[in-house]
Amino acid sequence: MSEQNTVILNSSGIERALTRIAHEILERNKGIDDLVLVGIRTGGDHLAAELARRIETIEGQGIELGAVDITMYRDDLGSRGSLPVGKTDILFSIDEKKVVLVDDVLFTGRTIRAAMDALMDLGRPRSIQLAVLIDRGHRELPIRPDYVGRNVPTAREEDIEVRFDQDNRAVEVRLIKQQGRGGN
Amino acid sequence: MAFGHKHILGIEPLSREDIFTILDTAEGFKEINSRDIKKVPTLRGRTIINAFFENSTRTRLSFEIAGKRLSADTVNISSSGSSVAKGETLEDTARNIEAMRPDIIVMRHGASGAPHYLAERLDCSVVNAGDGAHEHPSQALLDLFTMREKKGRLEGLEVAIVGDISHSRVARSNLYALNRVGANVRLAGPGTMLPPEVDRLGARVCNRIEEAIEGADVVMMLRIQLERQAKGGPLLPSLREYSRFYGLNPDKLTLAKPDAIVMHPGPMNRGVEISSSVADGSRNVILDQVENGVAVRMALLYLVAGGESEDKD
Repeated sequence: MSEQNTVILNSSGIERALTRIAHEILERNKGIDDLVLVGIRTGGDHLAAELARRIETIEGQGIELGAVDITMYRDDLGSRGSLPVGKTDILFSIDEKKVVLVDDVLFTGRTIRAAMDALMDLGRPRSIQLAVLIDRGHRELPIRPDYVGRNVPTAREEDIEVRFDQDNRAVEVRLIKQQGRGGN
Repeated sequence: MAFGHKHILGIEPLSREDIFTILDTAEGFKEINSRDIKKVPTLRGRTIINAFFENSTRTRLSFEIAGKRLSADTVNISSSGSSVAKGETLEDTARNIEAMRPDIIVMRHGASGAPHYLAERLDCSVVNAGDGAHEHPSQALLDLFTMREKKGRLEGLEVAIVGDISHSRVARSNLYALNRVGANVRLAGPGTMLPPEVDRLGARVCNRIEEAIEGADVVMMLRIQLERQAKGGPLLPSLREYSRFYGLNPDKLTLAKPDAIVMHPGPMNRGVEISSSVADGSRNVILDQVENGVAVRMALLYLVAGGESEDKD
């Protein structure tokens, strides 16, 4: 099995994409009133933290930040076995809030479906928006992102990997073409 | 990374990694129990049968709530009022239950090894909720969860277990689990309540409770099973004497570390193995154990529901 890697975004590309998304979120929501960020573990929570830092710099005011673990909401328990369950840390009420859900890669949309179910169990947000660093297509559910870092056309059997450094900053996005093996 | 056990029959077949997987999974589930909406859809459409052939309030309720909070359908049966009272054998009862296609049977039974017997014969998962004087794995796991939560670690903890060691499935499961995670166990109890060859269990055996408690981080008191006293001939001269020599009171507790915690699996005999002032005192974590029990049992049900490979034993 051989691997072929292509770097799609380097760290400055990621920086620019996140800065643009931060501005788009603020523009569309007209500031940060009632706005909260919730990242999907693991990956989305780190990106949500980076977006929160940028929004704070732009607005000069902090924004509520949470993380959701969707393992308990997955629809593939029987076929994948029991994956480790992480913690959901949303220490504020999401009732009547505009929630921006953040994930690294948008693929089938099943993760987002699960994350929305998880949020609904915690309260009744006024709205949920979706921000992703990479949209790679192949949706299986009627879900679309509101903010996208980069659209990357992919084949189903390819893989997208977002790498984080030890400080949980996204440093690189790679497209991995695997030969001699089916996709996931 | 997936959990490899289809059944939870005891702590003995579990590795150190398995134990930590269960405890870490329970951390994730604990948060659900403090929400307004205490329910996640994880086991939607699964059927769990709680078959309790021996009395239980806490464990049965805890498993039932755990199943319901995971959105499974839970059904309870007990021996009184069921066909067991009419003389049906365990295997026939189980085969009939299985014909209704449950996914998990949670079983308590007075005979040691009963869940193992079923696990060999049935297709569904079996979770042991206490079998005879053998094991009570979910209790030991919730005890470890509570110790780790209160003490921040398990390795190197000094744990005293006091009471009727030989008839206690709680003691046995805790002993296996604590040994596996690197805690040090001291056992104390009257000679009639220590199993033969007790020194081979991997614990320090103390004749006096004071010796076991001294410098301990955790003091776990076991219930004196009064029903056993009545049935098989007395193991104790009198409860008063037991209480004097092996009961935990504030005086004896001063021998433990200043931040030691007091545990009891319940139900307590106040004034026998534990004095009321200790049972209600600031060091007791007895209700934390009960609270954590739900999260730990949610983790067990979740993990066996996705566990793929067969257990050997």
